[in-house]
Amino acid sequence: MLAALSLDVVPLWVVVLAKSGFVLFVVVTTFAYAMLFERKIMAWMQLRPGPNRVGPWGLMQPAADAAKMMFKEDLTPSTADPFIYRFAPWISLATAMGVFAVIPFSETSGGLWSIGNVNSGILFVFALTSIGVYGISLAGWSSGSKYPLLGSVRSTAQMISYELAMTMSVIGVLILAGTTSFAGIVHAQAKWWFVLPQFVGFIVYIITAVAETNRAPFDLVEAETELVGGFHTEYSGLRFGLFFIAEYLNMIAVACVATLLFFGGWNPPFGLTVIPGIVWFLLKDGFFIFIYIWLRTTLPRLRYDRLMAFGWKVLLPVATLNLMVTAAIVAFGG
Amino acid sequence: MLGGFFAGVLALIQGFFTTFSFFFKRKPTIAYPSVKKQHAPRFHGLHELRRYADGKERCIGCELCAIACPANAITVIGAENTPDDRRSPGERYAARYEIDELRCIFCGLCEEACPTDAIVLTPRFEMSDYRRGSFVYAKDRLLVPPDAGVGMAPDERPNGIPADLGSVIEQKSTVDIEEGYSATWRGTILKTERKGLAG
Repeated sequence: MLAALSLDVVPLWVVVLAKSGFVLFVVVTTFAYAMLFERKIMAWMQLRPGPNRVGPWGLMQPAADAAKMMFKEDLTPSTADPFIYRFAPWISLATAMGVFAVIPFSETSGGLWSIGNVNSGILFVFALTSIGVYGISLAGWSSGSKYPLLGSVRSTAQMISYELAMTMSVIGVLILAGTTSFAGIVHAQAKWWFVLPQFVGFIVYIITAVAETNRAPFDLVEAETELVGGFHTEYSGLRFGLFFIAEYLNMIAVACVATLLFFGGWNPPFGLTVIPGIVWFLLKDGFFIFIYIWLRTTLPRLRYDRLMAFGWKVLLPVATLNLMVTAAIVAFGG
Repeated sequence: MLGGFFAGVLALIQGFFTTFSFFFKRKPTIAYPSVKKQHAPRFHGLHELRRYADGKERCIGCELCAIACPANAITVIGAENTPDDRRSPGERYAARYEIDELRCIFCGLCEEACPTDAIVLTPRFEMSDYRRGSFVYAKDRLLVPPDAGVGMAPDERPNGIPADLGSVIEQKSTVDIEEGYSATWRGTILKTERKGLAG
């Protein structure tokens, strides 16, 4: 459908703009309902009914939240660095949205369903998520108060330590697939999903992805019991909303990447080709989002030193070992 | 060390199973404004001033409720009945009867003190309002409207005391209020006969 737009008569920039607009719309809508989905699932797991006042089954809740967020006062503390303070949320949002530029959602005979078919998509994604840290750490630093600063210091340390293990866990997949392009990785999983040969890598990826998106049980960055609101303590109104969107988009993005790398992307399981690839992709994506929400309801927040110890002393060695074994098997076995 | 690892993984699986099983459980929440919980008849809510079957007010303006009130929430100003304008069967009636529902602690002592069963606590509990002044309920809101029966009788309520705690006996005593007036104080006391509780 998206690929069908790339007719020769239409200039490329129009095609890219149209695709971007469409993907952005879909992704932001997904964000809104991912938020409702999370609140509902968390509520049900905590024996509450969850949002059910706005619209049938609370389905209009995201719209109500958005309206509330927009009409709230946008405060800038007098101690803040005004330019960076106002700019930081946009870094977070832009990097979170940028990830979706290279993610292929499905493939038909017309071509790949993605905005840009980058041949090293996974590197692009890691590069963007690394820049995304700047949004959080600059926000905390420029707020000019202590809790945001603590949050941003934590965020930076956490990102550095978990990104290493995350990258290591993904390299195993890249070795098996022999390519860094998402389409190539998915094609390599036509027979077997990489979750089977790369099970250790999969587990490490799932854990580090939670830390990467600053979600519970690794949400030390915004630990409200210790740091009020962490890096976004001083933010209000729409700017707070931008961080909120960015966090959820990051969650959706890591779920997409997990689907592409480990769950065979749009490849149907058991040869069920009747159902189109996009449906499989969305189902797998939804499954991962559910896992993240389930994690959040189940596990308590880690202590900060244990978080760091876990990242450096457990995840990184395990991921490195997994990588070495995979490399050895591919080099000598196949 | 490996044993600790497996114990940890097992604990994780148990935790995940617990939250997942709760996902399907019945939610105990009552959707309050649309679904209202049925309160027990003995629930202590908003007050009501009762009437006799002939429409006369039960309240005789004795102010015993105001004296009994631990929160000083009740103000009663009595007045004499005149032959042309008999409000209550007795000699006096309450010219003004006001209860500050913000002060009230809904203990029900006014109800127990009342010699004529005039003041009664009903199970009504929704009295939120926007102004403080509107929480002072006067006779216009407390008294049962003349066309709405006599009001709720306190005797209709179960006393709600578990049988194994002892038995409830009714005690009546007569109190002299003023010269020439007497009122019956009627209340329930709990006789603790159960072993260990006596004395």
